[in-house]
Amino acid sequence: MDSLLELRRRFTGDDKHLPSATSTMEVLWTLYDRVLHIDPDNPDDPDRDRFFLSKGHGPALFYSVLAAKGFIPAEWLDTAATVDSPLGHHPDRVLVPGAEMSAGSLGHGLPLAIGTALGLKAQGRLEPRVYVLLGDAELDEGSNHEAIAFAGAVGLDNLTVIVIDNQSASHGWAGGIASRFAVNGWTTSTVNGRDLDAIEAALTPLSRRPHAVTAIVEPKNA
Amino acid sequence: MREAFVKTMTEILDEDPLSALVLADISAGAFGHVHSDRLINVGIREQLMVGVAGGLALTGLRPVVHTYAPFLVERAFEQVKLDFGHQGVTGVLVSVGASYDWTEGGFTHMSPRDVTLLDSIPGWTVHVPGHRDEVPALLRAAVASDDQVYIRLSTQENREAHPAGLHLVKSGWGGPLVVAVGPMLDRVLEATAGLDVSVAYAATARPLDTEALRELAYTNEVVLVEPYLAGTSAHLVSAALSDRPHRLLSLGVGREELRRYGTPADHDRLHGLTAEGIRASLDAFTAQRVNS
Repeated sequence: MDSLLELRRRFTGDDKHLPSATSTMEVLWTLYDRVLHIDPDNPDDPDRDRFFLSKGHGPALFYSVLAAKGFIPAEWLDTAATVDSPLGHHPDRVLVPGAEMSAGSLGHGLPLAIGTALGLKAQGRLEPRVYVLLGDAELDEGSNHEAIAFAGAVGLDNLTVIVIDNQSASHGWAGGIASRFAVNGWTTSTVNGRDLDAIEAALTPLSRRPHAVTAIVEPKNA
Repeated sequence: MREAFVKTMTEILDEDPLSALVLADISAGAFGHVHSDRLINVGIREQLMVGVAGGLALTGLRPVVHTYAPFLVERAFEQVKLDFGHQGVTGVLVSVGASYDWTEGGFTHMSPRDVTLLDSIPGWTVHVPGHRDEVPALLRAAVASDDQVYIRLSTQENREAHPAGLHLVKSGWGGPLVVAVGPMLDRVLEATAGLDVSVAYAATARPLDTEALRELAYTNEVVLVEPYLAGTSAHLVSAALSDRPHRLLSLGVGREELRRYGTPADHDRLHGLTAEGIRASLDAFTAQRVNS
């Protein structure tokens, strides 16, 4: 993890180690180190797992993980966001090997992931799983609620959502984030977003329903 | 035209294992006989409908997305922009409703701005069939391609089908070239009866065949008659003829919100798109030339 922060520093320059700046770190590392079936030497394998970083802002750690896992050269981090760099402050899948979606505008990742999950099933690809990372404030976007209701209704069991909860939604989520998914037929887990083992366990669902993991980290404004 | 779409799309789903159709309840009943896991009705969720289609395309499927025009292009415009082109994938959009097929439904169900909006994103092919028999070939070609394609269906149609590309339908000697897009052709022919003008037809509005336009517009006068927002294609005509003096009249649906119900014929009259209205605009355009 220390090497991940070193890589991240090459993207961000001065690193203040704010918890909010690393809210996705353990989840991203767990996904890429322990969960996702992906291969940097075969990044377009049709039977690979897919990971959609829907919360595309602040992608320094995402790029750092891609560099650590061999999808992109670490040197790319040194010139990020310059005019000739493929790395910007919102990832572009056309420019970045290993990035499954172009992100930035919130509320697009989950619908794209649902389409991907349906497309894989329609083609008989039953092994790959589709993972989506959202922020708790991103759930404000109505498109997510169109998606949550639909995925639950059709029992899309090759889909997992991870919500990073750092309490940044302006009006919060009365009743808790997990209940928004559970009421629509999802299975849910709520874990410490800094605990690698707990995250890994939560990302291994056994049911035939879509699965939502709420990963709680320090409040954004703490 | 919707029936032609349903019939052809049903055949495509059966024939092509990489084709898919995404609906948001509209026309779901018409596809009730289709049982395929590549037919997906997401309910009344248009943002999701387009996002799901983008996701299907990411797995290598060829999605067709279909609903009422304002909900497909206007409501889900950011999804059309980001979940197709920005993801580096493509799809086919097929709308019904056009500019004002259901005038009794009011402003919410009118979509004269759809082509203008898609024209603002690079790479979209736009087909505006003028007859139901033009739909099957356009749809099949769209699904078989890797292009971004919008097919705009309407209950307004001409008496007979025509080839989609810009081509001459009526030859004149000295008057302007009148370009009728899609369902505008019959009324343009009626409006120009007895006039020395040339009339061309195009169902493919994007890319507009500007080479053919340059060749046909030899009098350097062009009248565009489009079934959507007036002036939608004016910039293309101006660019095509920029190396020579020319005059352009753009007819189509007006920009104002009329707050009227009634029939499509009523709205044709209010927007000057009846044969009589088009003739009056043509006469004024011609008189302007004579007086200048």
